[in-house]
Amino acid sequence: ISLCGLSHGTMGGGELPGLLVNEIGGRHGILHSHLAFLKKHFYLITMKDFLESKEHMSKKVQAIYLWWHKPVIDRELLQSLPNLKVIANSGVGMDHLDLKLIASFGVKMANAPHAVSTSTADTGMALLLASARRLVEGCHIAISSGTEHCEADFLGVEVTGATLGIIGMGRIGYKIALRAKAFEMKILYHNRTRRKEQEEQAVGATYCEKIDNLLQQADFVMVVVSLTPQTRKLIGKREMELMKPTATLINISRGAVIDQEALVTALQTGTIRAAALDVTYPEPLPRLDHTLLKLKNIIITPHLGIKTDKATYMITEEAVENILAALNGVPMPSEVLPS
Amino acid sequence: MEGQELPYVLVDCIGGKHGVYEDHVEFLEKHFRLITMKEYLENKKFLSEKIRAVYMWYHKPVINKELLQSLPNLKIVASSGVGIDHLDLNLLSSYGVKLSNTPFVVSTDSADLGVALMLASSRRLVEGHQMAVSPDTEYFPADWLGAELSGATLGIVGMGTIGYKVAERAKAFEMKILYHNRNQRNKEEESAVGAIYCKKIDDLLHQSDFVLLSVNLTPQTHKLIGKRELELMKPTATLINISRGLVVDQDALVEALQNKVIKAAALDVTYPEPLPRDHPLLKLKNVIITPHIGSATKKTRRLMMENMVESIQAGLTGLPIPNEVSL
Repeated sequence: ISLCGLSHGTMGGGELPGLLVNEIGGRHGILHSHLAFLKKHFYLITMKDFLESKEHMSKKVQAIYLWWHKPVIDRELLQSLPNLKVIANSGVGMDHLDLKLIASFGVKMANAPHAVSTSTADTGMALLLASARRLVEGCHIAISSGTEHCEADFLGVEVTGATLGIIGMGRIGYKIALRAKAFEMKILYHNRTRRKEQEEQAVGATYCEKIDNLLQQADFVMVVVSLTPQTRKLIGKREMELMKPTATLINISRGAVIDQEALVTALQTGTIRAAALDVTYPEPLPRLDHTLLKLKNIIITPHLGIKTDKATYMITEEAVENILAALNGVPMPSEVLPS
Repeated sequence: MEGQELPYVLVDCIGGKHGVYEDHVEFLEKHFRLITMKEYLENKKFLSEKIRAVYMWYHKPVINKELLQSLPNLKIVASSGVGIDHLDLNLLSSYGVKLSNTPFVVSTDSADLGVALMLASSRRLVEGHQMAVSPDTEYFPADWLGAELSGATLGIVGMGTIGYKVAERAKAFEMKILYHNRNQRNKEEESAVGAIYCKKIDDLLHQSDFVLLSVNLTPQTHKLIGKRELELMKPTATLINISRGLVVDQDALVEALQNKVIKAAALDVTYPEPLPRDHPLLKLKNVIITPHIGSATKKTRRLMMENMVESIQAGLTGLPIPNEVSL
């Protein structure tokens, strides 16, 4: 990503444009390792700073950088930031934002599709492999105080040569296909639109216009869609019953894409073999009495998708690029328009 | 052939935690009369002359001088898996008994597990799962991060069938691949996976972010990775072992992990298996251990069994033995 030629927006007196962030460090805040880079381009204002001196700060804010969906963007906030030009989201999912509302204030939006794709695809493969080979269970046995002997009958299922069904063949889905091909997996995919022939051939992927065909044939079903009204509970009781009883469901998109209650039932009754979820609804799941947490045939990870040093830094770089473009009135590399 | 008895084949036991799989028995009994060690010991006089093959599943029954002496008509031992370090090849040879293993059928599962361990370790999958399900978890901290595979350097020590398959998979994750092997692979094989040969293991150790061991255990590879080698590795590097526990100096590994000489380890194999319950490796946060599941899939174990049947049949009829191990 080249930032040459894009200097900070002008505010008179050479002051850097104000960038509102939720917090720095702490539970969900901007990573300390990103601060130096951000401060080169912006004057950072935390929500705490903003709330403590609203009158003074409100005019300074020209951009917002969302980190892990915070700060929450609502009408009240938008109304109090007269000079807000752009909101940059860390990550690719925009389901937590009211795109129409934001657009109605004349504020542009951007996400970070390039930075997330590789590490999220890797997360999908990590979950697929861990689930197939029962890695977490195995690890538990290996270190458990009760383990005396090696069990010869601890078996998982094969990955090489198995059939992978990818639901949602966007950037991330396609990178998963590239990886799965190296495992000699047979690849099926379901998408709103069909990919070009060369793209299909490059990964040996077969299009399934009907999701049912994919569900019936796949040994591994990988869900990689955006969360939209159309994809909410895309995978429910009906879909899970179409899956093979030996199949594994992997979700790296959003928790709400899967009917969680139906999933519990499916896993308990052996309707499907196992599941691996990097995302749930909510995150984290409530501790008290949530059945998903106790099932043996499930792996849940804490939204690892982009949680690497490299990916998070690239996300911030991508966000800064978009913000600076918006402030300079030039086309943004990853603008998101309300559809 | 009419009236011909099925050959008598010795197994350790059937079912339970270590025995021959119950769902393999039907197929086996089509070809052999299975004799368990228990049955054999109860009726040694009659059975010792009858047994012509040993079906060694999970390294059992143990083949020693005593057993070989008491089975005068033993022609072949079929061993499950690829490793043969648990067998005394000279001893078998001295009794004129042939040996087979199952080298190829295990290779894709083992390679898959190698990559699974590499991904799980770098992305802190096991730790992450524990956090996700722990009763104490209230939130997922934003600064809890793992390391990326893409663009990282993988050093494969032992580029045999399994090592090569690891390279094929790692290439798709956009990893840079180095390898060290007794012999260099040919140019087409190298360029197909973009692998660069390191004649000296030191060069591989210096540069790798992930060091994956996929060698056989031999006197030459015993403690191949010790204090010296671990110190040559980057402090940000991860060691992955899918070969045999004894290829690594385990005490040196514990020290290296405790002192942050290397970042982490992921081990499918240890010495012994399982480790004693008070072993320091079990307590280290930056270690993933799996219970030797390299070839542990239903399909592969079935193929192993079928391969072993084939080898035994060939051994008993004097035909060339598939997967014979030269003694």
